[in-house]
Amino acid sequence: MSPTTTKPETGSQAAPTPSTSAYAAIEAGKPRMAWLRGSLQQLLAFASLIVIVAVFSFASPHFFTANNLVSILTAATVTGILALGTTFVIITGGIDLSIGTGMVLCGVMAGVFLTYLGLPLWAGVAATILFGGVIGLINGVNISVLGIPPFIATLGMMLIAAGLSLVISGTKPIYFSETPEFQSIMNLSIIPGIRFPLGVAIFIVMIIIAAVLLSRTILGRYTFSIGSNEAATALSGVNVRRWKIIIYTLSGLFVGLAGVLSASRLSSAQPTGGMGLELEAIAAVVIGGTSLQGGKGSIVGTVIGALIMAVLTNGLRIISVPQEWQSVAVGIVILVAVYLDMLRRRRA
Amino acid sequence: MTEQPAAATPLLDVEGVSKGFPGVQALADVRLELRHGEVLALVGENGAGKSTLMKLLAGIYTPDAGTFRLNGEVLAIEGPRHAQELGISIIHQEFNLMPDLTVAQNIFIGREHRAGGLFLDERALNRRAQDLFDRLGLALDPTQRVEQLTVAKQQMVEIAKALSFDAKVLIMDEPTAALNDAEVDVLFELIGRFRTPETGVIYISHRMEELSRISDRISVLRDGRYVGTRVTADTDPKEVISLMVGREIVGEQRPAPSHPDGEPVLSVRGLSTKHLLRDVGFDVRAGEILGFAGLMGAGRTEVARAIVGADRRESGQILVRGREVSISSPAEAAKLGIGYLSEDRKQLGVLLERSVRENIVLSSLRDYVSGLGFVRDSRIEATGRDYVQKLRIKTPSTAQLVRNLSGGNQQKVVIAKWLAKDCDVLIFDEPTRGIDVGAKEEIYALLRQLADQGKAIIMISSELPEVLRLSDRIAVMAEGRLTAVLDNAEATQENLMDYATRFSSEGTIAS
Repeated sequence: MSPTTTKPETGSQAAPTPSTSAYAAIEAGKPRMAWLRGSLQQLLAFASLIVIVAVFSFASPHFFTANNLVSILTAATVTGILALGTTFVIITGGIDLSIGTGMVLCGVMAGVFLTYLGLPLWAGVAATILFGGVIGLINGVNISVLGIPPFIATLGMMLIAAGLSLVISGTKPIYFSETPEFQSIMNLSIIPGIRFPLGVAIFIVMIIIAAVLLSRTILGRYTFSIGSNEAATALSGVNVRRWKIIIYTLSGLFVGLAGVLSASRLSSAQPTGGMGLELEAIAAVVIGGTSLQGGKGSIVGTVIGALIMAVLTNGLRIISVPQEWQSVAVGIVILVAVYLDMLRRRRA
Repeated sequence: MTEQPAAATPLLDVEGVSKGFPGVQALADVRLELRHGEVLALVGENGAGKSTLMKLLAGIYTPDAGTFRLNGEVLAIEGPRHAQELGISIIHQEFNLMPDLTVAQNIFIGREHRAGGLFLDERALNRRAQDLFDRLGLALDPTQRVEQLTVAKQQMVEIAKALSFDAKVLIMDEPTAALNDAEVDVLFELIGRFRTPETGVIYISHRMEELSRISDRISVLRDGRYVGTRVTADTDPKEVISLMVGREIVGEQRPAPSHPDGEPVLSVRGLSTKHLLRDVGFDVRAGEILGFAGLMGAGRTEVARAIVGADRRESGQILVRGREVSISSPAEAAKLGIGYLSEDRKQLGVLLERSVRENIVLSSLRDYVSGLGFVRDSRIEATGRDYVQKLRIKTPSTAQLVRNLSGGNQQKVVIAKWLAKDCDVLIFDEPTRGIDVGAKEEIYALLRQLADQGKAIIMISSELPEVLRLSDRIAVMAEGRLTAVLDNAEATQENLMDYATRFSSEGTIAS
């Protein structure tokens, strides 16, 4: 923290001019709580994660074991990567409903590239991720050049992707018979002793990349700026259209990667499903304190949100809550998390 | 370096500029001359073309005809950023800030320091901002988030941003609209510091008393045309206003003090809220206008909101015609005949995207529903037409969207809404904010007419001349307390100001 954050403003001025002293008087008694409040918010999300973990640890001896924790991380990986990309989109005030079926389409395309076209593994994976980027690029162009509202533009893309997956695959799963090592992208164990899969390591690397992009780069700055006040950002000379296309494309790249990982996990490209996954990802983002109104959010929050959802699903299963009720529980957690977040903000 | 411009060459020369939109000629052959080192006030009613002219200078629109010259050189403004790079900076009335970003991030948005391609150098950004603030003598913290700043400080950020472009011409649109008097002083001091022989300021305002303080000359636009320019020292507000509206305005007369002897319609006793209000009590009688004066933040709006139940009351009683009532929401207040007309008309007063008649019957829609639950459109139309006529709302039809009406006519729609609800007590919060001079007169006349019809009216206003002119009695607030209730005859701008600045020094220490 730089010292200016906590110092009263008159302190930095050697000889206060009339204007500064007038302002000091007007502003007297306004505490500076920005930093504290910001970190408190993430602290509370993190605290609720700890509480949930603690509760399940008490409830069952099978919960807090290395193997189970790794399987929670594994379960969180695909949704988590989708959530990372869509965090950027949501902070701009947009939404991306096409990430779930888009991911399935990317998986199918991985099958096309590797099995039908016989590309080498690295090229097929790269082509799949880029294909996800193209889906995002089209979303971005539809939203920022054609002016279609994000909800509608990505709803259309969601249906297109769902249909294309079936059309391209002929409604049958594609197996990676040409590149059997494809399945190790997600599943290869990289730490001897415990089953720590490569996919989780990729997830962690992506978290770091996304966090750096959002907080340390010009892309992240404009993401917040557009979500905070799009018109003002444009008036400040920022090419908002172009940046929005870039942000949706970035989200698409994450979708492509998620497609690779989910196909790798199943050792096959399944052309169905994916519908609803986008809402799980959005739920993770929202639980993490990112505002659907735009302008506010963090990668750390999204990761905590994704973990809360994965822990809940896993823990409820371990303590033998029927699957029907797991969805009810997740729904309640979303409502409670968002309500608590609003309370915090209202008090602020 | 080019040679020093000749004394005769104006800093900014606008010549023969025209701009039309489908159906409207917004500007026709407008000229304007800003000299070196001067503050030129630009005035005109709403719709006179001031904001169109600003948007042309900002590069948001391109002119149909005409030229802009800066120090004699013709400008081809390509866009907002280009205008700033040319040395023309504009501070819009609605701030163009990103509330979630820090002060420094806002100022240098689009011009970030990059430590290599994609990455930002936040520390350099903050240092650059601090240098700028030191140079301008502004007490701003580069790392603070803009949403946590007061409106006045946000404006300082806007000004710092404008000046960070090394502006030659600074254009300010209604910069004092949200400032209190102390903050206005700071603003004027800043303008004074910005003004050098190489620079100039175009200052757009509705507030006549400010112009004589800050401007050297006053240029007037009316209906998209240039009307004339006066040297401030040689003119008076009456002349300027008559240039603006094209006719003399007989204003400033005091109301005939009315002494309604009836029972008070609304009484407030010991009203307090958690944060601001302390023991506020007063009566309003039928047929009178009770003005509320005070500085920004004195608690006038909060009194209104607490009465109608929009904010929680800590303690206190509300009596309607002597009977104590419990009001916990604006809907309950409306049922008891108390209507609150918010200062934020566009956000809280009207539905911009709905028609005039829908807006008028919005609060009383239940009276227009048939037994089967269907809405009776023909009766809504009849009521709408009735009020459009009575209040002389300028609109082609009652089906017109409120968005397309001028500020004054939007305000009339809000008034009509509460009249249709049959309210006895109307609380007007800044009823003429953002409304041009001619339409203000109509609103004044309407308020007086409503009082004469027996309504009890509370009028909150930050413009003392307006309070003095319209109110039968005047309540003055300071720091959440009522410091005086004066009869109009004993009130002057000076003693109102005096009561408005009676700050209780022990208030912050005690309790």
